[in-house]
Amino acid sequence: MAEDTLFAEVLDQANRSDPYPIYARLRANPVSRQRDGSFVVSTHAAIRSLIFDPRLSSEDLPPSHRPRTGNPLKDWLLNPIKDRIATAHRPLIFRDPPDHDTLRGFVMREFSVPRVRALHEPVGREVDRLIDACLGRDQVCLVEDLSYPLPVAVICDLLGVPETDEPQFQAWATQLATALEPDARHDEASRHKTVAAFDAISAYMRNLIRQKRRNPGADMISGLAASGPQGKPVMSDFDLISTAILLLVAGHETTVNLITNGMLTLLRHPEELERLRADPERAPRVIEEVLRYEPPVHFRTRKALGTITVAGQTIPKGAPVILLFASGNRDPARFADPDRFDPDREDNQHFGFGGGLHYCVGAPLARIEAEIALVALCRRLVRPRLMADPPPYRTGASLRGPERLGIHIDGIV
Amino acid sequence: MTPPDQAGIVVVGASLAGLRGAEALRRHGYDGRLTIVGDEAYLPYDRPPLSKHVLAGELTADATTLPQSPSLRAEWRLGQAAVALDRAARNLHLADGAVLPYDKLLIATGAQARPWPAGSGGTLSGVFTLRGRDDAARLRVALERRPRRVLIVGGGLIGCEAASCCRDLGVPVTLVDPNATPLARSLGTLIGGVIVECLRAAGVDFRPGTQVLGLEGDAEGRVTRARLRDGSTIEADLVIAALGATRATAWLAGAGLLADSSGLTCDGACRALASDGSADSAVYAAGDVARWPIPLYGGRLVSVEHWGNAVEQAAHAARNMLAAAHDQRPYDHLPAFWSSQFGINIKAVGLSEGADSLAVVHGSRASRRFLAVYGRQGRSIAAVSFDQARWLPAYADAIAAGCPFPPILDATDQIRIETLAPGFPPPRRSDEAHHG
Repeated sequence: MAEDTLFAEVLDQANRSDPYPIYARLRANPVSRQRDGSFVVSTHAAIRSLIFDPRLSSEDLPPSHRPRTGNPLKDWLLNPIKDRIATAHRPLIFRDPPDHDTLRGFVMREFSVPRVRALHEPVGREVDRLIDACLGRDQVCLVEDLSYPLPVAVICDLLGVPETDEPQFQAWATQLATALEPDARHDEASRHKTVAAFDAISAYMRNLIRQKRRNPGADMISGLAASGPQGKPVMSDFDLISTAILLLVAGHETTVNLITNGMLTLLRHPEELERLRADPERAPRVIEEVLRYEPPVHFRTRKALGTITVAGQTIPKGAPVILLFASGNRDPARFADPDRFDPDREDNQHFGFGGGLHYCVGAPLARIEAEIALVALCRRLVRPRLMADPPPYRTGASLRGPERLGIHIDGIV
Repeated sequence: MTPPDQAGIVVVGASLAGLRGAEALRRHGYDGRLTIVGDEAYLPYDRPPLSKHVLAGELTADATTLPQSPSLRAEWRLGQAAVALDRAARNLHLADGAVLPYDKLLIATGAQARPWPAGSGGTLSGVFTLRGRDDAARLRVALERRPRRVLIVGGGLIGCEAASCCRDLGVPVTLVDPNATPLARSLGTLIGGVIVECLRAAGVDFRPGTQVLGLEGDAEGRVTRARLRDGSTIEADLVIAALGATRATAWLAGAGLLADSSGLTCDGACRALASDGSADSAVYAAGDVARWPIPLYGGRLVSVEHWGNAVEQAAHAARNMLAAAHDQRPYDHLPAFWSSQFGINIKAVGLSEGADSLAVVHGSRASRRFLAVYGRQGRSIAAVSFDQARWLPAYADAIAAGCPFPPILDATDQIRIETLAPGFPPPRRSDEAHHG
């Protein structure tokens, strides 16, 4: 098989349940040019070098482009303005320094250690409540019963989004997350759907922010919307909206995979499930190894602003670059016996949360949620068995995880 | 079991390099007797926090003890300085008269703070240097007594960090430096100018381009005043002499090695050189004390007084100590240091000495957030970042690869690159006194 179509295979839904053999073939060439002119970076060393390279831009999202509405005035005047605003105020994962740093600074200030630490207890309560809701059943769907609703409840609470509103933006969140998927990016219809979802969720957020300004709470959106030293808002409204949307979408679409992938991996390694049940102190090691072995985000795309030579390969200026984090995590040059799930592994410097300046802001939160959820699942589900292996997967190749995870159980304690 | 009569490996110097070297010996499979000698009574401790968190009172001096590998299994001879080395007999003599035989020796005795000259007021009470744990603890106690004014002599890393801490504590500070700016020798006066702005903003009384000639005390022998070369005087009841360090090699006099106050000269494989220039295959050196030909900079002899070098060079020396004569690998290293002062995180890589040009490649000096690269004859040789460290690894790679100057164009946050003069002071004359 030609090397320059390997990434197309990664994107192929048929390979979703096990892309790792393709990654291994990609690693034969640390930086591999694909037929479409993009470069896939698949070894740990090359990824590591590039995440610290200032010539790699995250502003690689195609410009916003609204479809024609049939209303001539809108099509001629209003939509181009809206497109420009949406493009200029992209969420910070699609922004470069210095704007990225400014926005990230605001978010980091709100994602404070005390605020995240204080979540242990409410997360524990929510996990128990969700598991209690399954009492009396002999099977559960992990995604529906826990891995999806848990992070959603947590992020809504953190942001100050009423959870009763959640059903209306669930579909928007799923659509917006496709911005990370190359296939969806290149599909005109999907991009138009994304624009529509963005407009709808923006309207919702604008309204919510207005409420928070009138009536501030202890939540993150109230904090971000608060006034700065001179009485001026610290963030422009457009940035505030795109940031709030980003946090909400990230809370919806990533942690779900971490929890589901974690449980799936434990069910495939029953001895590790037993060990975690017996010794909950192992949870941090288990989570770090899940982040390496089955990370929730497999790759991110970038654009080369200059000619970059890495691992002996030259990436020309302007070329799209795909940082295949999940492959770096399985690189035998960096991890001994990389295809083995081994929570006792030392020196586990994985790319489960990405790396460099775009390293996941929500990492501490995701760790807390996944640790508490996996420990509770191991402790409370009696004799859990996978109903189907592999389970059916969601369409995302980057945000990769099971769509459903059916588990037979003998009860809940 | 180790035979009791085995001499084994002796490490002289119980600080970062000594400890990491000893750990590396075990990691590389050395199972024999391992003795670590230290002149201080303490287990190895970490120095960077001393001039920062310890002075600030955020950490006590005894909380700086370094973590140790559980498999170290070393015999400690602490509180006993090495006083002489007999290479012919392979014996190390300690201050208490003990004689330690060795099969291989790792010298990691580091450096000592250059003291204020006794004849110019160095014996007065209230005059401090800052190098070890005890220095930091004593200085902290003195700062808690709220001195009326602290005089810091020397605007190097230690002087600047101390000035920053004192201002955070609300203590008035005067900083005297012979150059136009602090850190002029390591970063040049152009970047040093940014530090000057920080000093002024923090309320430090900065006196550039002058020197302290002498210190005067009261009847009880407490320091009260300093006389400067420009004729002015400074009333100060606490003085920190931050004049840099000299290498701890006095005990090697008579050992027949190429050693003086600028270091113990080694070959590229970290082996100590005898007076005739031959390498002693039983004696290695690492850390601040070692002076070695650095391949990245054309084999120039350097001693690198930074944390990262202590760790890497010690591990490298340990590896070579256990390797056969034909398998001695040369040590290469890109020097790096960091500092935190005035709320700014400074990180630097490379050796800036001899730089003829400088380019701010990210951010701006005005914002005090930037990354600047030093060039020499068209090559990139060093880089420094102020609150902008994230791209530094890319520049470090470029410097190690000997890339042209400036090395990276087309970066995300570069607007326009301006090449400037770094403003290094002329080299010190060998007869020039540091101060006093």
